[in-house]
Amino acid sequence: MKITQISVFLENRKGRLYDICSMLGSAGINIRALNIAETESFGVLRMVVDKPAEAIDLFRKNGVTASQTDVVAAEVPDTPGGLANVLKILTDNNVNVEYMYGFVEKHSENALLVFRFDNPERAAQVLRENGLKVVDEKGIQGL
Amino acid sequence: MDITYWNKDLETMDRSSIEALQLQRLKALVTQSLKTEFYKKRLAKAGIASSDDIKSLDDLRRLPFNVKDDLRQNFPKGLLAVDMEEVVRIHSSSGTTGIPTVIYLTADDMENWTNLLARSIVATGCTRKDVFQNMMSYGLFTGGLGLHYGAERVGMTVIPVGGGNTQRQVQIMKDFKTTVLHITPSYLLHIHSKLESFGTTPKHLHLERAFLGAEPYSENTRLKLETLYGIHAYNSYGLSEMNGPGVAFECIYKNDMHVWEDAYILEIIDPETGQQLPDGELGEVVLTNLVRSAMPLFRYRTRDLAYVNPEPCRCGRTHRRLSRIQGRTDDMLIVGGVNVFPSQIEEVIMAIPEVGTNYQIHLTKAGSLDKLTVKVEIYSKMFTGDMSALDALKTKIKEKLKASITINPVIELHEPGSLPAFEGKAKRVVDDREKL
Repeated sequence: MKITQISVFLENRKGRLYDICSMLGSAGINIRALNIAETESFGVLRMVVDKPAEAIDLFRKNGVTASQTDVVAAEVPDTPGGLANVLKILTDNNVNVEYMYGFVEKHSENALLVFRFDNPERAAQVLRENGLKVVDEKGIQGL
Repeated sequence: MDITYWNKDLETMDRSSIEALQLQRLKALVTQSLKTEFYKKRLAKAGIASSDDIKSLDDLRRLPFNVKDDLRQNFPKGLLAVDMEEVVRIHSSSGTTGIPTVIYLTADDMENWTNLLARSIVATGCTRKDVFQNMMSYGLFTGGLGLHYGAERVGMTVIPVGGGNTQRQVQIMKDFKTTVLHITPSYLLHIHSKLESFGTTPKHLHLERAFLGAEPYSENTRLKLETLYGIHAYNSYGLSEMNGPGVAFECIYKNDMHVWEDAYILEIIDPETGQQLPDGELGEVVLTNLVRSAMPLFRYRTRDLAYVNPEPCRCGRTHRRLSRIQGRTDDMLIVGGVNVFPSQIEEVIMAIPEVGTNYQIHLTKAGSLDKLTVKVEIYSKMFTGDMSALDALKTKIKEKLKASITINPVIELHEPGSLPAFEGKAKRVVDDREKL
């Protein structure tokens, strides 16, 4: 139930984020979720796209430094305390969240979030066992 | 390993025979020098009126040093010791001050130089079966044409492509199954960062060896190139004033460069006092060219810093070895009062596997203080998307540099291919301190 996240190394240079996004746009690849982690001199752009294999290929051909990471996309009730409940389940089961971020669009009545865990297989299992919906690669493409 | 020689007698002659030959050639050099007004005056001051005043090799020290400025002030023909019609070749290098330095070669001089290069090439294990892609620029620069003639003399298949146009260079490597490159280390590093975008890898090429030269570089850069390409990289040394490449070259053992002492007299001096230093001590390289009649040049101060390795070499060659050039007397940076050679910085960062193939040293002022920023490209295959790994890399580079140069640098991480790339000699130091 893992999905592929693409991480791109971004140096702190004007227009670099635009370059990456326009590269994806011209290739007809849609960004579903994204997040930027930054320091003063560089950043890492993390994203989930509808065609990850094509995106990786595109980046390699254009000399963009990118890598793939397994993440889990799970639906979280879009109500006060919804996320807190999910995090409690994870904590109670000893699953550590490295980082997380939200999808661009809402999925059904729930919010869709990307989670990075050190053990994504087990984390997905815990979420499912507790009645939460985990979205797979096909589900991402169907958004 | 099989050792092959170009001229076994000359390459393996004993010390006393080398010195006897040097003395004989030094006397001829003095005779030739006295044909020019410049040297006549200069040698008269030193009490030398003819080659008879040179009785032993020790008398070399009676000759005055020559420096680059002497060449400039005698531009264009002040050091020419033959009729112009004897000259078959001119090479020239543009100086930073605008006045170029020029060298002249007769047909005999060309023959001597070409043989030294053939000797150098064969010392690395190359044969006439090799395909040699010469990626140094041709023209007035000595690096391109020098190796070209030497490689042809050996009988290699020579591809005179010159510098630049990376995609075409890689295509030629594939088309003609190039086995040997002559290239600057910075350009070879740069090409590696481009291979993937050309849809190829070093495995698809047929490279076995590279001759690296024309700019200083660190041992760790050599090791990095050898690992990245799966080749043997040989260090070479030369300067246009001494004809160009072929002054010294590494043999198959790649442990310092044999100076061809039948053709050059090597001295290492203290750059401050001019005193000769013993073997093993770092100092300025001073060279006397014994095999060029068109334009005699003796005791030339190269401003390159190196030391002599006098140990016998396993290859059987008796010519003493010169260390890698450790820096130049004029490329030393003074940062916050501390002396730093760019080569020290390169040595540190090229040993770090997460560092890619290019870097830049940037000096600025922060208020009244010097600020040293080292910009490094990351190695794309080492990027995992992990932010903390990148932070840790920055810290690692910073601490290793601080331990080596005692200055606390600012480290910037950059994307592969984003720093200025060089297809010839690299300019890696940007000093913006004066402009502020």
